[in-house]
Amino acid sequence: MSAAFSPTSVRRPVPASGAHVLPVPRTVEARGTAPDRCRGNRRVLPGFGIGLGCTLLYLGLLVLIPLSAAFIKTAQLTWPAFVDIVTAPRVLASYRLTFGAALAAAAINLAFGLIVAWVLVRYPFPGKRLVDALVDLPFALPTAVAGIALTGLFAPNGWFGAWLAPLGIKVAFTPLGVLVALTFIGLPFVVRTVQPVLEELPRELEEAAATLGASSWQSFRRVVFPILLPALMTGFALAFARAIGEYGSVIFIAGNMPMVSEITPLIIITKLEQYDYTGATAIAVVMLVAAFALLLLINALQAWTRRRQGAFA
Amino acid sequence: MKLKSFLAPATLAAGLLLAPIAQADTTLLNVSYDPTRELYQEFNAAFAKHWRAKTGETVAVKQSHGGSGKQARTVIDGLDADVVTLALAFDIDAIADKAKLLPPDWQKRLPLNSTPYTSTIVFLVRKGNPKAIKDWDDLAKPGVSVITPNPKTSGGAQWNYLAAWEYGKRKFGGEDKARDFVTRIYKNVPVLDSGARGSTTTFVERGVGDVFISWENEAFLAQKELGPNKFEIVVPSLSILAEPPVAVVDKNVDRKGTRKVAEAYLEYLYSDEGQEIAARNYYRPTNAKVAGKYAGQFPKVALFTINDAFGGWQKAAKTHFADGGTFDQIYKPGAP
Repeated sequence: MSAAFSPTSVRRPVPASGAHVLPVPRTVEARGTAPDRCRGNRRVLPGFGIGLGCTLLYLGLLVLIPLSAAFIKTAQLTWPAFVDIVTAPRVLASYRLTFGAALAAAAINLAFGLIVAWVLVRYPFPGKRLVDALVDLPFALPTAVAGIALTGLFAPNGWFGAWLAPLGIKVAFTPLGVLVALTFIGLPFVVRTVQPVLEELPRELEEAAATLGASSWQSFRRVVFPILLPALMTGFALAFARAIGEYGSVIFIAGNMPMVSEITPLIIITKLEQYDYTGATAIAVVMLVAAFALLLLINALQAWTRRRQGAFA
Repeated sequence: MKLKSFLAPATLAAGLLLAPIAQADTTLLNVSYDPTRELYQEFNAAFAKHWRAKTGETVAVKQSHGGSGKQARTVIDGLDADVVTLALAFDIDAIADKAKLLPPDWQKRLPLNSTPYTSTIVFLVRKGNPKAIKDWDDLAKPGVSVITPNPKTSGGAQWNYLAAWEYGKRKFGGEDKARDFVTRIYKNVPVLDSGARGSTTTFVERGVGDVFISWENEAFLAQKELGPNKFEIVVPSLSILAEPPVAVVDKNVDRKGTRKVAEAYLEYLYSDEGQEIAARNYYRPTNAKVAGKYAGQFPKVALFTINDAFGGWQKAAKTHFADGGTFDQIYKPGAP
């Protein structure tokens, strides 16, 4: 699925600051639409045919074939049986929780990820490299470890839980716990997609805005933010996609109560435990289609904002 | 070059790991459920010694543990198990039914329904029993927080559920009353972990809940590991006789040529030594002599069997745990 994303998320090396003679057009050009890039790159890397063949084979083996197995398995069901399974009240409640919490977590990460990326790029401070490395930790940590650690912290007898309990706030074993876990695992995505774009963004742009009389808020809103927007949306989409599929860390903190704190991946596992392979794949297919539709939508939005920006330049 | 220098230590490590197994004449794989880890560690060593003394051959037994349903599924999906020792007959039935790796009447092949040791369901409460929990009724009272895993994913939790159901049926009369009773208990459950060990952690480490419905052996183990001054075991007036059965996986042993050893391995569970090991690990022995010796260790409790009360696993699973069964009805929106 991630293949649908633009190469914006690839971390590019930081050019020497003197290289920006004409910063504005260059930035826009570098973020041109996909066909532009292909045409530009064709002579640099020989063998477009082989490259495309490799891409299709790779994606086919790793993504399409395993996923089509889910569709084939589901095809054993009649249509009414399929609808019955995927619209059972418990399953519907789990979609609401999974997609709702994933969206909320991605939104939280959008705001805080931008701040983290901003601080890491713009301010020198002692221990910066350490903080920079910390951001990637949720990528590397086994999710079960994260889940157990978070549950330990937020359980009524944990460090945070003990403080929150007297206030009547319960995190572990409630839907709020699901949100905490999904926020944790989604943290690196926004930071890592915004960071390289921010690094490339010359300060001269803001200085120019300032000399033309823009306030710092105006120059952020009118100059910096539009350039960051595609990267922010990619980060949001990645964090969201990751959160939908997350199982390991959520399962420990969720409480797993039917209708309340049961995520869709758990329902799939539950069906498997009961040897109900077709039921499990039916729900998996719904998740796949929904996630794919949402990601397409986000990508379309991203392309649209990019085109609009191109028009301005 | 780079790859080679990486591969060398990897091959060496793999070689070291496999070395002790490679030396044995035969290797068996025992696929079991969660809490039997300690039991089979001790038993495997004893069996290896016995087998060597008897035949001169060495045998190594590998163990695999996890939730009973999940373990059965890995065998169905192709894990090379020589023997399965699972939490309930239903899971071995599933292997016979879905993968046809053993005949449907497997449970008749060894004595006592292929169950060398038994267990039951008891309550673990916090020190001093602050909520004064004595029997199943107390779990349904308002304000009592009950910890038990999800019966859809945990074999142990199915025993818990059925024990509560039968108590409700006998005490209040009839299936409808039993359903109300079990529903009230589950309204008191704040967390449904997917397996028995997960629930133990929630209750013991996280401090959630007033009472934990547990395997008897797991309750003893929690008490022993964590000190008797933190938890107490409460024995209800009625409980279920949990029969975790064992079976040789025919297709696998015939292909690997390990049938003789695998059969001897399971039979040895019924021997005096096997029974002693089970008792030491808090499983109830079935051999009368060993049971008498360890009688003081196990509390007296009236036990019923699943065949008498529910007409066997197939029927119980269909009525209670299948989609739309009584457990699903508890969580239906608008349920009482």
